[in-house]
Amino acid sequence: MGDRLTTSTLLVTEEDEKKHEIIGAKGEGKELTKEEKQRLRKEKKQHKKNKKDDRGPPEKEKEKEKASVPAPSKPATQSPAHKAAPVPVNASASESPVAAEKPAKSKAELRAERRARQDSERASKQGKKEGGQQSTSSKPKATPNELQPVVKRLPDHVQVDDPVALKKLAKKLERQQVPLRSDYGYKVSLFSHLHQYSRKNPPTQQISIPVTVIHPSIVRLGLQYSQGIIAGSNARSVALLHAFKQVIQDYSTPPNEELSRDLVNKLSPYISFLSQCRPLSASMGNAIKYIKKEISNIPSQCKEEEAKRILQECIDSYINEKIILASEAISKYAIEKISDGDVILVYGCSSLVNHILCEAFEKQRKFRVIVVDSRPRLEGREALRRLVKKGIRCTYVLISALSYILPEVSKVFLGAHALLANGYVMSRVGTSQIALVAKAYNVPVLVCCETYKFCERVQTDSFVSNELDDPDDLIVTRNGKTHLENWQTFKSLGLLNLVYDVTPPDFVDLVITDLGMIPCTSVPVVLRVKNVDQ
Amino acid sequence: VDENQSFRFSQWEEDPDVASAVAAIRSLLEFLKRDQSETILGLRENMTKAIQRLEETDSSVAVSSGGELFLRFISLTSLEHPDLSQCKNVMIERGELFLKKISLSRGKVGKLCHTFIKDGAKILTHSSSRVVLKVLENAAADNKRFTVYVTESQPDSAGKLMAQKLHNLNIPVTVVLDAAVGYIMEKVDLVIVGAEGVVESGGVINKIGTYQMAVCSKAHNKPFYVVAESFKFVRLYPLNQQDVPDRFKYKADILKTVKDLNQEHPMIDYTPPSLITLLFTDLGVLTPSAVSDELIKLYL
Repeated sequence: MGDRLTTSTLLVTEEDEKKHEIIGAKGEGKELTKEEKQRLRKEKKQHKKNKKDDRGPPEKEKEKEKASVPAPSKPATQSPAHKAAPVPVNASASESPVAAEKPAKSKAELRAERRARQDSERASKQGKKEGGQQSTSSKPKATPNELQPVVKRLPDHVQVDDPVALKKLAKKLERQQVPLRSDYGYKVSLFSHLHQYSRKNPPTQQISIPVTVIHPSIVRLGLQYSQGIIAGSNARSVALLHAFKQVIQDYSTPPNEELSRDLVNKLSPYISFLSQCRPLSASMGNAIKYIKKEISNIPSQCKEEEAKRILQECIDSYINEKIILASEAISKYAIEKISDGDVILVYGCSSLVNHILCEAFEKQRKFRVIVVDSRPRLEGREALRRLVKKGIRCTYVLISALSYILPEVSKVFLGAHALLANGYVMSRVGTSQIALVAKAYNVPVLVCCETYKFCERVQTDSFVSNELDDPDDLIVTRNGKTHLENWQTFKSLGLLNLVYDVTPPDFVDLVITDLGMIPCTSVPVVLRVKNVDQ
Repeated sequence: VDENQSFRFSQWEEDPDVASAVAAIRSLLEFLKRDQSETILGLRENMTKAIQRLEETDSSVAVSSGGELFLRFISLTSLEHPDLSQCKNVMIERGELFLKKISLSRGKVGKLCHTFIKDGAKILTHSSSRVVLKVLENAAADNKRFTVYVTESQPDSAGKLMAQKLHNLNIPVTVVLDAAVGYIMEKVDLVIVGAEGVVESGGVINKIGTYQMAVCSKAHNKPFYVVAESFKFVRLYPLNQQDVPDRFKYKADILKTVKDLNQEHPMIDYTPPSLITLLFTDLGVLTPSAVSDELIKLYL
């Protein structure tokens, strides 16, 4: 993915012009016509072919290009590249703005060509100095053979303070005809790279009626997300999958298009719209990956009705296996860990933890629960409601009373939003605080999480990737006075309403998943086993 | 099933050098050979019952883990032969293979660990463990000079037995009181203990007093090594001392006769993985977090 190819500047500018034409031709609410799409596709292919032929000077230029683009491993390429500095300078300069849109070439072809070129250069150039240079340039050649470094680009939603990334996002959304939501209010500088939206301006306000590009059930879902009507990792994923079922039901393949390819393309603007309403969670990301895989695996000779039926069944079985049955399995393991006389502490409202406690109560285990809650969401009240309705004895405290109540507690059960590949647990803000204090009091901390929430991301702090909620939520009226009402007028005052935080694996004693009980450090093992299965 | 029990005891009496789990597996193999069931499901049921019976006789963790692993190992093959006797032959073959493998495991562990003992080292160990003995034997054979401190390990004074065995190998050994572990910790360079069971979290279950020793060694920053064969890996996940099932803590006959277990002394305790530096197994040298990885490979 990191390879950038240069080509003659003339062809590049031609490309630009044609693209502008096509974008100009697009009318309001109309999608690209078939011919225009075909033209774009043909041009891309032509572009690729020209790059393959045009290999003469670009050997060294490529290396220089790689060095200029944020590629991971090869600093050594800088030295051979500098030798051929004069030629590639202009080419690479004009390349960089357009480079972002070039498709990557296959690694094998590149490697073969590079090897041929280096052989010829080695033959022509003689002398120790050249030999030394060749060995350094051959070393970076060796590493792609073994390591195949992949450039991971930062996702858009953590690059809000970067104007280039914002422009790219705006262009992408314009192309997909999804409204761009603007940020609200002053952002604390540590978190200025994240979006901060206001609940009073939902993105659905900017959509014209009737909606042509975005399916109405997706619009409804987006509104429910942005207003906080549907909250909680499992609830959001299930709602998403149900909305997709509706979309698939209403979908009809346009003539001369394949369902497997076209439907995936249709889903992209929906996903962009939903992430504008509220950033996608890890569980939603995995669900979307699964659906896209299933769709592209539909055989081409399948009839439309048959394909739709298959997809509906896939979605149903995904929900059933990964969410409903998983929670049954997790309850089974978790109930073994609940003994009579236990005092269990829970935080916030996790559907899975509530389910476990209700099941354990039904199985006649004697325990009592302490529900810890925090502002501004006060989700613990919902958990309290559900548990009390079952008949479980509960106590309710705010998180500031945590160290007061912890000596009474025998176990802590926490839910998770996602489990990261390095064993860190991402969950509602306040979770890491509870885990920390519980560790200090030597109380075992158990995290319950289904495997579909495991994600390959790695994060060690809560700053890099998080979500900022509406800062106006922090404003509260007590005794008729609202002190923070005019917080916007104070230039130096910022309100921060974080949604997630990250707990290190040292504070977590046990993770209960549908595969069994594992220590927090074994999350990558599970991911590896899952990938082998798939 | 009664003859099964007698078989096992006789084997154990024959060879005090054999681990209880190995003896259990050997008797399970004999049981398999003599089994009369008509279906594979019936066979499995009988094996499970036999394992339970063995656990009743000797309720150590190793027997239960060895039994379960044995069952998994023999049934992991593709038993697609239509003829039951053929299937049984395959299972018996695999059982023999398993037995041979685990009989060699102690030697493998010894070979791995003795390189960690430097010349002039002072080693602290707890109670009597055949694996630790093998490790020290290998180190002595390698012409390394070291001294050993062994705890007495009440209530059965197993430490004195260990001291006797080490004395026979011409290794300088001193017996210390269980209460003197904190006192002696500043003198020693490393601590090596055996294990009765290795749990999923990477912690170990061993003779009572091991946890104390681990906490002391952590406070003094001394490495705490555990040597265990791979058949001791068990699918338990205790959160603390209380969470270890009662059937492992007390001897089998006490469980049957005594009403109030609070008056009894437990025979084992649980050492959490945060206190263990490394585990030496026949699968290699593992950190506590890698144990879960190996368990997943063994069991899933």
